[in-house]
Amino acid sequence: MTENMISPADPAAQRETGRPLTGTLAAIRPRFERRRPRWQRMLSGLSPKLAVGLGIIIAIALFGVLGPMLLGNPLSIRDIGRTPPSSEFWLGTTQTGQDIFAQMAHATRGSLFIGVVVGVLAMLLSVIFGVIGSYVGGWLDESFSLFTNVMLVIPALPLIIVISSYVADKSILMLAVILAITSWAASARVLRSVTLSLRSRDYVAAARVTGERQWRIIGVEILPNLVPVLASQFVLAVIFAILGEAGLSYLGLGASGALTWGTMLFQAQNGFALTLGSWWWFVPPGLMIAVLGGALSLVNFAIDEIIDPRLRTASLDKNKKRAARRLRASTKAGVTV
Amino acid sequence: MNYLARKISFYVVALWAALTLNFLIPRLLPGNPVEILIQKLAARGPITPELRNSVELLLGDTSNDPILVQYWSYLTGIFSGDFGVSITYYPQPVVEIIAQALPWTIVMIGIGTIIAFLVGITLGMLAGWKRGSWLDNLVPVTTMFQAVPYFWLALILLYVSAVQFKIFPVSGGYSYTGAGPSWDWDFISSAIYYGTLPALTIVISSFGGWLLGMRNMMVSTLSEDYIVTAEAKGLRPTRIMMAYAARNAILPSVAGFAISLGFVVSGSIVTEQVFSYPGVGSTLLQAVNNNDYSLMQGLFLVITLTVLGANLIVDLLYTVIDPRTRARS
Repeated sequence: MTENMISPADPAAQRETGRPLTGTLAAIRPRFERRRPRWQRMLSGLSPKLAVGLGIIIAIALFGVLGPMLLGNPLSIRDIGRTPPSSEFWLGTTQTGQDIFAQMAHATRGSLFIGVVVGVLAMLLSVIFGVIGSYVGGWLDESFSLFTNVMLVIPALPLIIVISSYVADKSILMLAVILAITSWAASARVLRSVTLSLRSRDYVAAARVTGERQWRIIGVEILPNLVPVLASQFVLAVIFAILGEAGLSYLGLGASGALTWGTMLFQAQNGFALTLGSWWWFVPPGLMIAVLGGALSLVNFAIDEIIDPRLRTASLDKNKKRAARRLRASTKAGVTV
Repeated sequence: MNYLARKISFYVVALWAALTLNFLIPRLLPGNPVEILIQKLAARGPITPELRNSVELLLGDTSNDPILVQYWSYLTGIFSGDFGVSITYYPQPVVEIIAQALPWTIVMIGIGTIIAFLVGITLGMLAGWKRGSWLDNLVPVTTMFQAVPYFWLALILLYVSAVQFKIFPVSGGYSYTGAGPSWDWDFISSAIYYGTLPALTIVISSFGGWLLGMRNMMVSTLSEDYIVTAEAKGLRPTRIMMAYAARNAILPSVAGFAISLGFVVSGSIVTEQVFSYPGVGSTLLQAVNNNDYSLMQGLFLVITLTVLGANLIVDLLYTVIDPRTRARS
């Protein structure tokens, strides 16, 4: 434990400077630490997990937003069925000669749209059932909590399959609504437990005593403190939505006329891509889901570490090293003073 | 109310909710499933009044009975095991078809889930115990597997091991060249051989979740005072890890079983379709593609009941491993 304790009377520091250091290091350090430009400071504040995760997400989002404008029509048919990747068609073609790379760009847009819409809707539902219920308390909390737990044990996908088989022609928005109403329960439960601990804090009690209105206490005192939890639940909801949509579309129950990663896999399956060995058709959509999902979970790890610093892995060692470096730098500086 | 009574009454409520949901979905959503179904059934054979009645109870009455009367007859029908007749397998009753498909899914998903749980918990325990070790640094990688869609992983596994290298069969639940389902070794070994790839898919894509949960709980548990006490007493590290840390860290994983199981079941429904596995998932898909609403509703109900049952068993186990739940009552 001694190596990371920086005390003014550190024997090593005394030896290097030849005289005991007076004053705390914290007071000396700022004078000698060069101020880095703003963007650099912002970047160093990001954990590597967050930086990598956000980088991948931004890249995929750009591909989904810009790709459809730059690449050709994904549905135009050519007489070069099932060609492997080439310089002209980066990801090869489907059995009807459609450009898979162009399809990927449109599918990325479709899947991201579903993910974000479901994420927002599920978030709203989980705040209603998780935060408001547990803040108000009493029978409302009891019934909301029971409802949440029941929704949680009913397996989502069979329910989605049954619902969507009754709705014949689904728009992409309709599909998002179906996915949202079957996916909010888990995060509502998390939000409920966090809200329960927040509402008993002193500052909430103080707000209540001063006569603030309930919606104001929820909106101003409680919700801002839920932001990290909300963010991580939003990320989970997006992963769930993209996976759910992909599964549903793969089964042929997706939105009609939409192009998503799931519908691409459905078409690949129907075009016998697997048995004919057209790996370039069924690998990219799933890989994109996996990479995006991985990036989203990296972001989630980073958020979790912000909420609970004990989960950090390497940061302990890094802090020690940083402390040692600072000590060395400041003692050297101490000589020149 | 003690823990057990509270849990059982919760599952009774959940059961009621599932039954009610099953009753309401065809009635609230647009379309007239009864007429579609009756027309399809009429093409296969004569419609007896009893058959028409059971279809109406499941999917919505056309005779304008009050909704509560319909609800009551629906509930009594369900509890006497009347789920109607399937169109896909006309004239087999829905109950028989489900009874054929259910064991496949329960055994395959059951074994897959148990293996995934054990692997995930063990690795999570080790990763949390040695925080910052190479195993711990692999945690983000394993959770990436979770973001991989089950069915896509299944496609890849199928492509590599069945299409390219021909190690495993491409589809089905057992070898069709041999005798049908029976309890002899030939059939069981072929069922294991055909079930390995689907089960492996479940293990690979779901153990990451258990691992992460266990690892994080391990980390929090290790900072507890009783761990320091155990260390101070000079206990062996393996004993501290197993009997002091892991035993307490495992509780949330077990308590959170419900969420994960729903996810696994959802994932394996699509996976079964990839492998044409003769279980509940691919039967559900067949039902959907044929507008076989009675079979679909019946399957939804049975899947939900099975998940509820599995969760009840896990909750009962919880009382065994966490003495506090018994002490509180």
